[in-house]
Amino acid sequence: MNTNSIRSYLNTSTNAAPLAVFRIFFGILMLISIVRFAANGWIEKLYIEPDFFFSYYGFEWVQPLGEWTYLIFLICGLSSVFITLGYKYRISIIVFFLSFTYIELMDKTTYLNHYYFISILSFLMIFLPAHAYYSLDAYKDENLRSQQVPKWSIDSIKFLLFIVYFYAGLAKLNSDWLFKAMPLQIWLPAKYSIPILGDLLQQTWTHYAFAWAGALYDLTIPFLLLYKRTRIIAFAMVVVFHLLTRVLFPIGMFPYIMIASALIFFDAGLHNRILEYTSKWFKISKSFFDNGADYSFPKAWIRKASVSMVAVFFMIQLLVPFRYMLYPGELFWTEEGYRFSWRVMLMEKAGYANFKVVDPENRQRFYVDNTKFLTRFQEKQMSSQPDFILEYAHFLEDHYQQQGIKDPEIYVDSYVALNGRQSRRYVDPEVDLTTIQPSLKHRTWLLPFDDEIKGL
Amino acid sequence: MKKIAIILLTLFALWSCTKDGPSGPNVDDFDREAILVNWSDNIIIPSFTAFSGSADQLHSDASAFAQAPTLQNLEILRNSWKSAYLAFQHVSMFEMGKAMELRFRDNLNIYPTDTTEIETNIMEGNYNLELSSLNDSQGFPALDYMLNGLGANDTETLAFYTTHENSNGYLTYLTDLTARIQFLSSEVLTDWTSGYRDEFVSNSGNGANSSLDMMVNDYIYYYEKHLRAGKIGIPAGVFSGSPLSTHVEAYYSDAFSKSLFNEALNASQNFFNGTHFESNTSGESLKSYLDFLNTMKDGTDLATLINNQFDAAREEAKILNDNFAEQVESNNNLMLSTYDQLQLNVVYMKVDMLQALNINVDYVDADGD
Repeated sequence: MNTNSIRSYLNTSTNAAPLAVFRIFFGILMLISIVRFAANGWIEKLYIEPDFFFSYYGFEWVQPLGEWTYLIFLICGLSSVFITLGYKYRISIIVFFLSFTYIELMDKTTYLNHYYFISILSFLMIFLPAHAYYSLDAYKDENLRSQQVPKWSIDSIKFLLFIVYFYAGLAKLNSDWLFKAMPLQIWLPAKYSIPILGDLLQQTWTHYAFAWAGALYDLTIPFLLLYKRTRIIAFAMVVVFHLLTRVLFPIGMFPYIMIASALIFFDAGLHNRILEYTSKWFKISKSFFDNGADYSFPKAWIRKASVSMVAVFFMIQLLVPFRYMLYPGELFWTEEGYRFSWRVMLMEKAGYANFKVVDPENRQRFYVDNTKFLTRFQEKQMSSQPDFILEYAHFLEDHYQQQGIKDPEIYVDSYVALNGRQSRRYVDPEVDLTTIQPSLKHRTWLLPFDDEIKGL
Repeated sequence: MKKIAIILLTLFALWSCTKDGPSGPNVDDFDREAILVNWSDNIIIPSFTAFSGSADQLHSDASAFAQAPTLQNLEILRNSWKSAYLAFQHVSMFEMGKAMELRFRDNLNIYPTDTTEIETNIMEGNYNLELSSLNDSQGFPALDYMLNGLGANDTETLAFYTTHENSNGYLTYLTDLTARIQFLSSEVLTDWTSGYRDEFVSNSGNGANSSLDMMVNDYIYYYEKHLRAGKIGIPAGVFSGSPLSTHVEAYYSDAFSKSLFNEALNASQNFFNGTHFESNTSGESLKSYLDFLNTMKDGTDLATLINNQFDAAREEAKILNDNFAEQVESNNNLMLSTYDQLQLNVVYMKVDMLQALNINVDYVDADGD
């Protein structure tokens, strides 16, 4: 590729409506997400009630703020309103990104791929002129108001969606998914009480059909959305697929977010129509924004920095999911590089971790009742994920030091079952976990998996 | 779309031609409601009926003893206490519905019992056994103390009910304890037979609040906390570092703690297998459900593993002293090895079984992805 064509691509502009519609939907859905989260009592349950929180490596300083945690959610919710309105957009999207990401970093227990998606999407949106059209900002500021925005700004959202789908599809190309229909074979039969589908979900062929169709869907949908001829049918598939996953699994707002996001692939015509309807409804003059102007970044260096940031962002996005290749052993077992890699609903892992505290001074030993320190949810997540186990062991070390054991040794008796396999010992029970520091290094203290999951 | 359909169809055609494709037995929809029916009609309600009957007997024998506190009546009362305590081992795991509302198990079987509180209650006489603060001065453990722990021998014990200056207080407390057990057991039984059974059976969905999910969670919780930890682990000092002989169930009576443990272990295994109460017949159960899912997934025979593990624990416990307090003091290692056998089944049930049934531990209602 020559630099000229890149330069001319970067200079190409396109109708701003898709980006504006995206901004509006994004804001509304985020507001609903936050309100729903609060209404379900999850702020209290997940961030106020627990005594101890699991941190991401390097982000140990991000902790819930007690009752003030509500304020973070309030800020996050307010900023999503501002994003919808396109009011003080840059500040709002930065505040949203920071508050939302802060929330996600407070406790690793609640990690979900789609929360990560929101975090990085909102980061990306910081650099996009999503407020140049059909926004309060553009209404007030004549210099900002533009009907055309750089094509790359819209394409970057498409590209992010492309990565999410395609990588999720690649991750499904493994022997458990394709040739054992795992973990669908565990999940689907349990949905026996769903009307109509319930009986079908008991059939082995259904599990395989869902597995293969799921992989095929993820791998092809971004292409089908890109091409005009297949776009409408692809969008119908997006709707059906995500609504089906909504029925089958407790995945909250994610299906709606993906459905709304997929609209970005459509031509500006559709978005202009959406905005026309909205204008009629709210008695806004859409034509006020249709000034034919091209958006230009306020300063040349801001444009340069934005483009560079987006480029670097995508380099990272393309590479991070593959970091697991740097580690030996089975990814599903060790989870070294599992998170942040679009491995969506890919495994069923259950564990049991029984911690033994030994006082080396008198060799007295006893087991820990996890429910004394962790919520059931935290305990469940901790039991099958090695970084949680290690972090908890260090927490126990501190706790029992305060209780008067000078230098407690912490061992764990743990078992994990993966994708329907019989449970087997997980952590080496002879290893004193207090001697191991959390790091990104390969975990030698896990026992081998003794099976192979072939695939990417 | 057409292309996709063609690709899909070809793939399925190819895959159905391969020999190791998932053929196997015909997989029809398993009737989960049948499990709920079997549980309630053949296990839960008969167990509560039997328990309620022995609770009635216990109270009437206590009243008889209060009328005539003789050694003979004391013996009769002790025997009905034993029968009722054994019968309780069959219902203790069913802490749902009314039992959950009443906090049945906490009222009937918190041990060690608080003897100081019992003495204070008797002395002051103005206690209210409905208060949860008095959970540890009532139920079977409190009766254990009242029947076996007051004096060093029968004569001394009997003296509290006859010649003691507050013998009336002791007699009243004794009958109040048995009356409360009788009341609570009949409350729960009545609830099961007057509507809750149908509610339980019809709630046959797969949500976190469905009967199956709740029962399985309760069952495993019971097995882990009350059978494994309560009866063996805590007295053996697994959680404290040193053995606690005073924490055994039925501490004041000789050689009864092991019988209670065995009864509870059998009841747990029977529930797993769907074995009808006091019968060898069995119906739909966790075992048959696991067997069904296993034919579909072609996995390990989990039901056999679990049953073998129940048997292994029972076998290990055979050499234990009938009196766990003595066992803990003489050779705690035997208690610990029984604990280890029980522990392995926690893994099988809590990890493997819950995964196979796709039941979440304790209704975690957060999103997944």
